[in-house]
Amino acid sequence: MTVSQTVQTSTTPLEGTSLTSHSTASPPSSIGGDAGARGAADRTVTRRRRRRHSREYLLFLVLVSPNLLLIGTFEYWPVIYNAYLSLTRWNMLSGVPVWVGLDNYQSLLTSSSFHTVMYNTLLFTGTVVIGSVVIGLALAVLFNQKVRGRGFVRTVAFAPHIVSGAAVATLWLFIFNPDYGLSRFVLNQVGLSSPRWVSDSDWALASLIIVFLWKGIGFVAIVYLAGLQSLPEDVYEAAKLDGARAWTTFRRITLPLLSPVTFFVLVITIIGTFQAYDMIAVMTGGGPGNATTTLSWYIYEQGFQASDAGRAAASAMILFVILLIVTGLQTKYAQRKVHYQ
Amino acid sequence: MAIDERTTSQEAQRRRTGPNTRDGETVVRKVLLYAALVAVALLFIGPLYWLFSSALKEPGDIYQYPPHWVPLRPHVENFANAWQAAPFGNFFMNSLIVTAGGAAIKLVNATLTAYAFVFLRFPFKNVLFLVMLGALMVPNNVTLIVNYITVSNLGWINTYLGLIIPSAGSIFGMFLLRQYMMTLPRDIIEAAKVDGAGHIRTLWQVVLPMCKPMLVTVAIIAIVDMWNDFIWPLIVTNTVEMRTLPIGLLYLRTTEGYSNWGAIMAGTVMVALPMLILFLFAQRHIVRGLTGGAVKG
Repeated sequence: MTVSQTVQTSTTPLEGTSLTSHSTASPPSSIGGDAGARGAADRTVTRRRRRRHSREYLLFLVLVSPNLLLIGTFEYWPVIYNAYLSLTRWNMLSGVPVWVGLDNYQSLLTSSSFHTVMYNTLLFTGTVVIGSVVIGLALAVLFNQKVRGRGFVRTVAFAPHIVSGAAVATLWLFIFNPDYGLSRFVLNQVGLSSPRWVSDSDWALASLIIVFLWKGIGFVAIVYLAGLQSLPEDVYEAAKLDGARAWTTFRRITLPLLSPVTFFVLVITIIGTFQAYDMIAVMTGGGPGNATTTLSWYIYEQGFQASDAGRAAASAMILFVILLIVTGLQTKYAQRKVHYQ
Repeated sequence: MAIDERTTSQEAQRRRTGPNTRDGETVVRKVLLYAALVAVALLFIGPLYWLFSSALKEPGDIYQYPPHWVPLRPHVENFANAWQAAPFGNFFMNSLIVTAGGAAIKLVNATLTAYAFVFLRFPFKNVLFLVMLGALMVPNNVTLIVNYITVSNLGWINTYLGLIIPSAGSIFGMFLLRQYMMTLPRDIIEAAKVDGAGHIRTLWQVVLPMCKPMLVTVAIIAIVDMWNDFIWPLIVTNTVEMRTLPIGLLYLRTTEGYSNWGAIMAGTVMVALPMLILFLFAQRHIVRGLTGGAVKG
């Protein structure tokens, strides 16, 4: 979750940061008419102000440095060192990283197993993103209607979002049990038989997608709901006067006005799918075969199971670049759409 | 929630604009809406009910098809079995320590940094703020390997320090608190200064009490994050005794195999329930924290 709020960086202007800087800017009081005396007074005031400044600077450093140090050590340093590691070969256990240039990238990009990994990632992330936007928006529209009990349903839909992914995945593993699980019962009711879900390589990724959507969709719905409720009402009044049908209003007015929200949902969902270690670990472990090995799971596998730091680091860099591109596009488009209002 | 008031006012307006739909149409609409709402409710309550009922079912009842829906004689032994199969006492203790310690440090960091950025002068502090905020762009996939190396160089593998410190910095919490502090009335803070209060006293006696709602939000988000964290505790601990609850659950499932789903579901309840209870009591804060700023753009 910590990484997921990237949007704020782009959408919130940094206004009002220098609130205190003007408070001491009052002109030095000059009582005496003598120019020399005034100069001396000026100098003392400046000196005093400077001393006050340096004390404030010091306090600033004292308050900020623990956090700054932590962020520097555990957020920024890893990016730099990871970039370096991606150009080396190292087993993480002994010895030192050996420089190999772009070898890791070359072997990754030409290996067919890595192509499968990228394909899995695209399928998993892509389906989850589309599902989140479509179902999330539909739920938000439902929650925005005046029906009794919507508050309760909104709460239960949001609840899985704050439950541990490991717990949600374990629960669904039992639901997906082809012999005794809830899914067998539900599917049988509509005349279908249960697939073997996580142990069938054709269904394993689908299982992950279902569980991921179940856990996260309530959150997306709330985000969209807040978006729906902040839309300007006058536009809708105008549309009504023009006799626009509900669907046309939704497609022509609501959707475009919601596009900043959609971009936000897009980015946080993509980042969310990149963090789905708990679900993959509990439900499939990347398998069967490598049917559910996504890029982030591959990084973990290469780094901590195969002890191939270089390959893991190179995969992490590829993921980082993808994420930067997505966030960059998001920033660009979100900004353009914001002026629209 | 604030959302509610807003909708009601919208609806009141809509009602005032006049009845331009026929009664029959509204009835059909109502029925369809309720049907949809019930379906959605079932979709989310169903699995949760399955979790809690399975955790209380006897072994014989669990392996029944079609399923027995209600565990008539609650089989609480499932919890004892889970507790015996895996050291859940340790898991709980570790999760508590890591969550409390991590969230506390995060909150302190968020508060001190936010105060400094809002109320103190420093050259190029806006640039510095953006640099710190920029760390939100770094996904944990990229930090995983290097942080493991750093922590192992510090000798912190399999320790609480190793579990807590790498995620003890606060970026998003700092951001939320800074935005909140900037909205505080200036004159009160100036008045405190005129009264001779230094920065530390101003922070402690004036600013913090006014920031209470946002502090609670930031704290709760940190608690949920730390409690649910998975991949970092997985790689930084290497003995069963040091695992946190989510990893412990994975451990339980692999030791128990697929043989005792009652115990596994009981273990799952132990991991999930604390956060569900927190959610019941702090729903407003959680929703605000997680969706915070999402629709500002």
